[in-house]
Amino acid sequence: MDILRNFKQFIVDTLGLMLQGGKLYYAWVAFLLLLIGVGGFAYANQLNHGLIVTNMRDQVSWGFYIGNFTFLVGVAAASIMLVIPAYIYDWGPIKEVTILGEMLAITALIMCLGFVLVDIGRPDRFWHIMPLVGRLNWPDSLLAWDVIVLNLYLLLNWFVVTYLLFSSYLEKHYKKALVLPLVLLSIPMAVSIHTVTAYLYNGLAARPYWNSAILAPRFLASAFCSGPAVLLILLQVLRKTTKLHITNEAIFKIAELMAYTMGFNLFLTAAEAFKEIYSGTEHMVYFQYLLFGIERNGVHYNTLVPYAWASIITGFIAFLLFLIPRTRTNWITLNLGCVLIYSSVYIEKGMGLIIPGLTPDALGEIFVYRPSFTEIAVAAGIFSLGALVFTVMLKAAVPMMLGEFTISKGRRAVDAPPEAGPIEA
Amino acid sequence: MTDQLPMPLQTGCEPSSSCDSRREFLGTAVAAVAMALTGCGKLSKEEFLQHNFRELSKDEVQTIIARLESEYKAKYGKTVKVGTEPAMPGVIFGYALDLSRCIGCRRCVHACVKENNQSRNPEIQWIRVLEMDKEEGVNLQHADQYYDPAEVPREGHFYMPVQCQQCKKPPCVKVCPVGATWREKDGIVVVDYNWCIGCRYCMAACPYGARHFNWGEPGLTPAEVNPDTHYLGNRPRPKGVVEKCTFCVQRTRKGLYPACVEICPTGSRKFGNLLDAKSEIRQVLEHKRVFKLKEDLNTQPNFFYFYGV
Repeated sequence: MDILRNFKQFIVDTLGLMLQGGKLYYAWVAFLLLLIGVGGFAYANQLNHGLIVTNMRDQVSWGFYIGNFTFLVGVAAASIMLVIPAYIYDWGPIKEVTILGEMLAITALIMCLGFVLVDIGRPDRFWHIMPLVGRLNWPDSLLAWDVIVLNLYLLLNWFVVTYLLFSSYLEKHYKKALVLPLVLLSIPMAVSIHTVTAYLYNGLAARPYWNSAILAPRFLASAFCSGPAVLLILLQVLRKTTKLHITNEAIFKIAELMAYTMGFNLFLTAAEAFKEIYSGTEHMVYFQYLLFGIERNGVHYNTLVPYAWASIITGFIAFLLFLIPRTRTNWITLNLGCVLIYSSVYIEKGMGLIIPGLTPDALGEIFVYRPSFTEIAVAAGIFSLGALVFTVMLKAAVPMMLGEFTISKGRRAVDAPPEAGPIEA
Repeated sequence: MTDQLPMPLQTGCEPSSSCDSRREFLGTAVAAVAMALTGCGKLSKEEFLQHNFRELSKDEVQTIIARLESEYKAKYGKTVKVGTEPAMPGVIFGYALDLSRCIGCRRCVHACVKENNQSRNPEIQWIRVLEMDKEEGVNLQHADQYYDPAEVPREGHFYMPVQCQQCKKPPCVKVCPVGATWREKDGIVVVDYNWCIGCRYCMAACPYGARHFNWGEPGLTPAEVNPDTHYLGNRPRPKGVVEKCTFCVQRTRKGLYPACVEICPTGSRKFGNLLDAKSEIRQVLEHKRVFKLKEDLNTQPNFFYFYGV
């Protein structure tokens, strides 16, 4: 069949595009491979000795790995932020951006699965959690739900991206009747992956810090701040380094949408803080550990305090920068805002979520957790793996999106592509 | 199947080996990948492919027990018996702890470690004794697990040992993604150490800090090994899995008291069959006023606290 032969050629050409590049490309890939190697080495050591090489213990039984996992689920979910206006309101300038958003989602999901894998004590028993082969405790366990929705979302995005690029490669317009339902499906899917991840914590009555009804809404609101922040910076890099045409209008529109979600995120955080602090029950102790520290037997435990306030302050400044049209359309303040909101959410949905949930522990003990060198090295390895996946995907996708590289043209001319206008797909 | 050493991992085919069938070869290949993943060469194909304990046939259980016993023999140089006694009909175990008698001597903690083959280095303790202020009452935010005076009890303090509360609605069982932990018919919540993937979701879900993780390879010397074990209880554990108090399932299903009950010098610990109207535990429930720890969470423990005097 033609389609199969063409698809095979598409895969071969995609791999070819990924392997060819300028010096800068090779240097970047080599740098990422080096970091992946460091992470791999640290992980091998962890496999040998067990999770004892991390600083997690019975009291704080989840840490840096699961914090990063949670944050990245948010990044993966946030791609719908761009899909909604592009496909529902048929808002032109943002459309080429959505495929990048979907690739970012794929990357984030790969990193999510990586962080789960490195966190489990028996990765050799991974098949126990696979549907049908193993024994998935569904529907009781929210972790079972999460395994299902994350993998479905990964497959969905993977399919849409591959299909759009393949159409472009065949110099055909994609079939709207196929893409639109899938893209529409990806919207509730994106909401569901982050909701299910929030429920994972939310459902634990043993941990009052997580057992709050607005946890899932807070997850979504913060994800729709941090995910697009990554994209805004990526888009600017891409239009400088490639011929990809991205209008200022598209970037400012995303920034405007982000201002609303940031405002909502701050409102939800304030609502949570009010309830805890004003009612002042014994459940406030976790918030207190996060925001002010706790004193026990003359020792002041305040490891998280500077981070917590940094997160709140940077989040607030970013909100103002995105809210005011003048700073939103100024490149310096816009990018500053992106960095600030990204850091804010990274702290809030990473360590700021996991650690106070487990400190003090179920019996009131305060165990001070900081990630070990192994945890940081492994995490760096996973982030580098994500960056590598995203880099090679972009490397192949950009010339195809631009129509520079198709089944009939572009071969051997990758380094000096012809001029091309904005992509149509 | 075999009562020799665990089957060494095969990475290639030898003429006389069992690689004839494609299925076996695939199994070996998968086990090799798994070995690379765990970074240890000790994982046998049988162990890798072993299914959840509740899904095994009697024959499969026997094979697994034989394999485990030979593994323990090789590792500790002594015969370790791995029992599989099921729950006795008509029995639901209950536990009651007299807060007015407990003096915080921690004898229960150490008897438990000895009986249940916990890792000694680092030491895992299933019972945590909390020292509390008399003026505060039961308040976990004023509890200290690391009290170390020359003599107990200390003036102005009382003691509250906490271990698995064997809940009727155990949140740990609900959250386990693979069904590696469940509540048995006699009310004991157990873990299949060969099925647990080590995700530690149960530890986050437990309101009593009753679940413990083998962060490293359990440090247990041959001299320390208690050879009378149960598959779902005190058999030596591998690294990377969760473990917990089982009311000494290896003892109580044979009509013995749990080790912590037996050792307690003050008689603070009461144990028995909740379905037997004449049992000591029922006497406590009848004549004393009991309470449950973190009652508001509706975990419905079969572990009760009371003030006996």
